[in-house]
Amino acid sequence: MKDNKDTRVVVGMSGGVDSSVAALLLKEQGYDVVGIFMKNWDDTDEFGVCTATEDFDDVVRVCNQLDIPYYSVNFEKQYWDKVFTYFLDEYKAGRTPNPDVICNKEIKFKAFMDHAMSLGADYLATGHYAQVKEEDGRYYMLRGADDNKDQTYFLNQLSEEVLEKVMFPLGHLEKPKVREMAKKHDLVTAAKKDSTGICFIGERNFKEFLSEYLPAQPGEMQTMNGTVKGRHDGLMYYTLGQRQGLGIGGAGDPWFVVGKDLKKNVLYVEQGFANEKLYSDGLIATDVNWIHPEQITDQFTCTAKFRYRQKNSNVTVTKMEDGKARVDFANMERAVTPGQAVVFYDGDVCLGGGTIDEIIKNNRALDYVG
Amino acid sequence: MEAIYLDHAATTPMDPRVLEAMQPVYQEVFGNPSSVHSFGRKARQWLDAARRVMAGSIGANEKEIIFTSGGTEADNLALIGTAMANRDKGNHIITTVQEHHATLHTAEYLETQGFKVTFLPVDESGSVKVEHLEQALRDDTILVSVMYVNNETGVVQPIAEIGAVLRDHQAYFHTDAVQAFGLLDLDVTELGVDMLTVSSHKINGPKGIGFLYAADHVKLQALQFGGEQERKRRPGTENVPGAVGFQKAVELAQKNKEANQKRYQHFRQLFLDELRNENIRFDVNGEETATVPSIVNLSFPGTNVETLLMNFDLDGVAASSGSACTAGSVEPSHVLSAMFGSDHACTTNSIRFSFGSYNTEENVTEAAWRVARIVKRLTER
Repeated sequence: MKDNKDTRVVVGMSGGVDSSVAALLLKEQGYDVVGIFMKNWDDTDEFGVCTATEDFDDVVRVCNQLDIPYYSVNFEKQYWDKVFTYFLDEYKAGRTPNPDVICNKEIKFKAFMDHAMSLGADYLATGHYAQVKEEDGRYYMLRGADDNKDQTYFLNQLSEEVLEKVMFPLGHLEKPKVREMAKKHDLVTAAKKDSTGICFIGERNFKEFLSEYLPAQPGEMQTMNGTVKGRHDGLMYYTLGQRQGLGIGGAGDPWFVVGKDLKKNVLYVEQGFANEKLYSDGLIATDVNWIHPEQITDQFTCTAKFRYRQKNSNVTVTKMEDGKARVDFANMERAVTPGQAVVFYDGDVCLGGGTIDEIIKNNRALDYVG
Repeated sequence: MEAIYLDHAATTPMDPRVLEAMQPVYQEVFGNPSSVHSFGRKARQWLDAARRVMAGSIGANEKEIIFTSGGTEADNLALIGTAMANRDKGNHIITTVQEHHATLHTAEYLETQGFKVTFLPVDESGSVKVEHLEQALRDDTILVSVMYVNNETGVVQPIAEIGAVLRDHQAYFHTDAVQAFGLLDLDVTELGVDMLTVSSHKINGPKGIGFLYAADHVKLQALQFGGEQERKRRPGTENVPGAVGFQKAVELAQKNKEANQKRYQHFRQLFLDELRNENIRFDVNGEETATVPSIVNLSFPGTNVETLLMNFDLDGVAASSGSACTAGSVEPSHVLSAMFGSDHACTTNSIRFSFGSYNTEENVTEAAWRVARIVKRLTER
């Protein structure tokens, strides 16, 4: 083992409090720390102002406070090709994609990691709330200690080979503690608010953003048995289980999106949070990544998450060909959404995950969910 | 590992003798040169002495030296100041595509103010052609601005020839001589220039001061308003300590000009020889024989600027590129784009190394080895 001072760790720094503290902790542990800001998206406005410039400025200030070298790299092209194109394709297909999962897989832990390695780095560190544990020479990804912030959901596509070279310095910490440390060290990002939503959209209106890239086709809003309830602005603007923005009021229970028909350009809505149309008992996942493929049997039980910040659900997983898997739920689940990730856990160990492709109920694919 | 500085075209370390010259000024000569008392007069004496040295260094008259905050301000004053003051004579300006941004962006600003600007091209040698200037010249041209030495490639531009072409034309001729001072002959009469920019920190002087030479006949409008300093052309209390340091730097640069030329020439040759010995692939951008000895711009096929510069820095070699990398936005070098076309690989894989007072044979050799090691590692992956 090399001494910490001879171990180079490149920290992916966003200009936020988490990656700032990640760099701080590594520096305190005596590593040879290098901070790198990654620019993936150009949001320069008409005045030439771009939030990336402000964020990079924060990275510069934090790195100077920590006395570590800092640089910036540009992955706009790779991001566009690998993440944004995928994002648009999924919306075009009527699904609700998770670009952060793909960004981690293709950009942060691939292109950016390669870049870090080209700088002679031994490790790549990020401010994610997740943990890497080594046991008998094998590397495992564990949930972050802060249950509320655990980000393994977004990291489900990482391989063991990648995990070997990754550090998550915040994994054992709770978010309030991270803020407290930033404050104690007087880091300029200590009080900076967390970024919300999808990175390239930022604080902007999602609908407006999407309409700049995809033509919206308004159409009818119907109940499952064909009663017209109103008009929708374009199927891509809606996701399963959504209640807001439908514009249907009136008596009785509130209305929810329960499905879409892309061919007919119809949005299906039904009444009541617990409407049975929103429930399913299984799914087919594609592009399933197993962090330790050799430890996965053909069929096993574990827990799963179908969206970020959801409770664990008990499931039975059956491996299929072509990187697919069938997942049967122990209990009915509400609003499981195609395009989102399904991520598997054995206790705190993340086993991997895939993309939700089909939703199943009573052994039949639900065609109305899109 | 000791970091080695090969970025003297960006800025230079201050000569200890410059610091020594400045020290007494801070405490003993604190007066305001405009004041009507002994403290003020003393400061004025020092300022005048500095101005005399500036003027002498380029064969100008003392009254023709305007102290500024540096090269950028001098370029701005030269372009905007004369364009605005000479609108009655025409609204056409000529400059080149490979100017420093201090000139380029100022010219672009003038375009927004209704001036017509012609940007002369450069060829692969890195030099602007006199015939292109002749073709672009119009009766209503009021200003021509061409840098003396390009800051990225080090290529010397045909200033005296352009000066000769413009001798009988109404257009003022400005040259940004920031990278030339201390290495090339700078006589404003021989060059035929009406305005010339010099910066102190590029010649081992203090930062924050420079001057614009503006010939007596040049009609120039001030860009800022206030007192009557610098004959009203640049109001604001003068930077006396800076001027004194600048003066010392100019004196040293003049005294050591030939020795420095030889020394930097030797360093550059040594650097290139060592790289060739290491058998790495590289090309020299710009006509090697037409450059100042202090600058060499190298393209490393199969690499990219971002990775190169970070690796150089982490391994203790300080160099730079013309590509501006702020917040991760990589703009290919505008100079190399002008020479080779914007899609040419060298616009994104080229590094400028510039030699100067910080260097020794040992650290130049060591730097070449470090560079070779990194380039090998990156291209053999």
